[in-house]
Amino acid sequence: MTKTLKFFTAFTLTMLLLTLFFGMIAAFAFLYPELYNRYLPFYQLRPMHVSAALFWIISGAATGLLFFKKNVFGTKENTSDKVFVWIWVTTILAIFGFYSFKKFGGREYWEFPPFLCLPIFIAWIFLMNSFFSGWKKSFKNPPLYVWMWATGLIFFLLTFTEQNLYQIPWFRQSFLREMTIQWKSNGAMVGAWNQMIYGTSLYIMSRLLGDGSIARSKKAYIFYFIGVVNLMINWGHHIYNLPATSFVRHLAYAISMTEWIVFIAICIDFKSKISQARKYRYLYTHRFIMHAEFWAYLNLGLALMMSIPAINRYTHGTHITVAHAMGATIGINTMILLGSLGYILKIDRLPAFNKKILNIGFITVAISLLVFWGALVVAGLLKGYREVWLGMTNFQQMMKPVLTTLHVFAFAGIFLFVGMFTIIWNYFVAIKYWKLEKPFIKELAAKHQEKSTMMEVE
Amino acid sequence: MLLTFLFFGCYSGIVYLFCDNKPDAPDAAAQRGWKVWQEKNCQSCHQFYGLGGYMGPDLTNVASQKGTSYMRGIIEHGTGKMPDFHLSNNEVNDVIAFLSWVDKSGKSQVADSSVHWTGTYIISHK
Ligand code: HEC
Ligand code: HEM
Repeated sequence: MTKTLKFFTAFTLTMLLLTLFFGMIAAFAFLYPELYNRYLPFYQLRPMHVSAALFWIISGAATGLLFFKKNVFGTKENTSDKVFVWIWVTTILAIFGFYSFKKFGGREYWEFPPFLCLPIFIAWIFLMNSFFSGWKKSFKNPPLYVWMWATGLIFFLLTFTEQNLYQIPWFRQSFLREMTIQWKSNGAMVGAWNQMIYGTSLYIMSRLLGDGSIARSKKAYIFYFIGVVNLMINWGHHIYNLPATSFVRHLAYAISMTEWIVFIAICIDFKSKISQARKYRYLYTHRFIMHAEFWAYLNLGLALMMSIPAINRYTHGTHITVAHAMGATIGINTMILLGSLGYILKIDRLPAFNKKILNIGFITVAISLLVFWGALVVAGLLKGYREVWLGMTNFQQMMKPVLTTLHVFAFAGIFLFVGMFTIIWNYFVAIKYWKLEKPFIKELAAKHQEKSTMMEVE
Repeated sequence: MLLTFLFFGCYSGIVYLFCDNKPDAPDAAAQRGWKVWQEKNCQSCHQFYGLGGYMGPDLTNVASQKGTSYMRGIIEHGTGKMPDFHLSNNEVNDVIAFLSWVDKSGKSQVADSSVHWTGTYIISHK
């Protein structure tokens, strides 16, 4: 692991910490705006939280690419990697600078002044250059995860560009057109980073299994194809109620949420195989990815319901959407990324003391995430019932029981933060000791009087 | 892969051109109001067509439902929960023009009668 990559991994994990930290405060600012409006209002905390979340996920996916390309393509770190890292990190720091001075100007999830999109775009080109030049040098017939990474990289660039088309006046000549394209690009971009993250999960699976065939099976390719079709079309479920042309709605409904099924099916195969094989060696990496499978099940149920317009009528614009968004970004994306970073950092070779703490963190996260998500679903159901079914029009009155329920969510958020912090802290320990000579690792272990489970560094 | 991008390009083009068959362009005031909306990040608490943040109400149809003077009162001073953004008189007028323009684009809540038996919506256009 190079210095740049170590730095970038630490930066990525810091983004996760910030996401959790801002989220935790934002939840209370939501409940008690009178206390926060003066110094740290919700309209400042929300973009900080949501942008940190996006940057955590995208940076996490990029960390995987930068690290795994060494094994997959046999290429070393090059200038492109470094340029990507520095432009990316500097721009994100600038974005948080603007947020802290309450300078906004973009749209949902990308709420910073739009000129900052340019360096992000440029940084991405460097990342793509690094990836594709590596690919060109090595493979003719690459395994599926290479295709998935490539798909994610290219579609991110396309959808990110599309996200900024509104700078051209023609795109703002109709509100319906503007909303359609905004949510087309947002929706498809989620598909793009999912390609990158699922690609990483497929890569790690095939490494853990020591079986490259799962990344070449016909079934996996069919699922990949369904995923790409979904990416291009299913974004329509965000705007079912928009009175734009109907074909967008009908097509999105028909294509729907098959991508989750794909992922679960691959995971099921994986589970039966891995139990025969090297199950215990990379225990935590395995646990994180298996946990993502569990969350894929839960989110599949919710997502399938929400993608039926007649049901979406009650769930749209409520905290069920937030449950879906955070259920997927925490339960699935964050879990896979923790698995991926854990694999990179060899967390399964940490001393037993650290693993014990990791275990406590993992269990805390697993339980609190369930409560957190459940509270959001209940809050959403309450709002949908009161607003659409009962037709209540007084906003504060309608929100009363919703706000009560959200207290459960906010407190679960504190536990989620604490649990994740425990995990992340161990990842930082792993970064610190990564690839140092044996004695240093021994020293660390000795410090905690644990010698038996010592790991040797590869 | 090339075919995929070709499909993506074509579908995107079709969506751009045909998603709204009767476009209604914003006037200069509404455009300025749109800018204020983005710079003050109103969307972090409010939704249009159910999309945005969830702390405040959906504002798609606030103009026709509650009227200009009601909107003006709230936007000028905020409420206990909504902050006062100290907007200038012109900015307030522009934001109101923007919200009135958005209002004309359609209804945020889908009527019972628009739900088709297959589960999808059939929404008649403006
Ligand atoms: C911190 C969150 C927040 C932000 C930011 C915010 N609002 Fe609000 N807004 C609210 C809340 C909450 C209400 C409901 C009124 C109440 O209960 O106090 C509201 C109510 C309104 C209403 C009246 C809606 C109705 O149906 O009664 C309008 C109009 C409005 N806001 C416009 C704006 C505009 C324009 C901006 C940006 C300049 C903005 N708001 C920014 C929280 C916010
Ligand atoms: C890895 C951790 C997390 C990720 C990836 C994440 C991601 C997200 C995303 C994507 C959204 C946007 C949802 C939408 O637009 O529908 C969001 C909103 C939000 N999140 Fe998180 N989140 C995380 C942790 C937390 C925690 C621990 C809390 C604390 C309770 C929290 C509180 C919130 C709040 C209050 C909102 C705004 C919801 C609203 O507008 O009403 N998040 N988060």
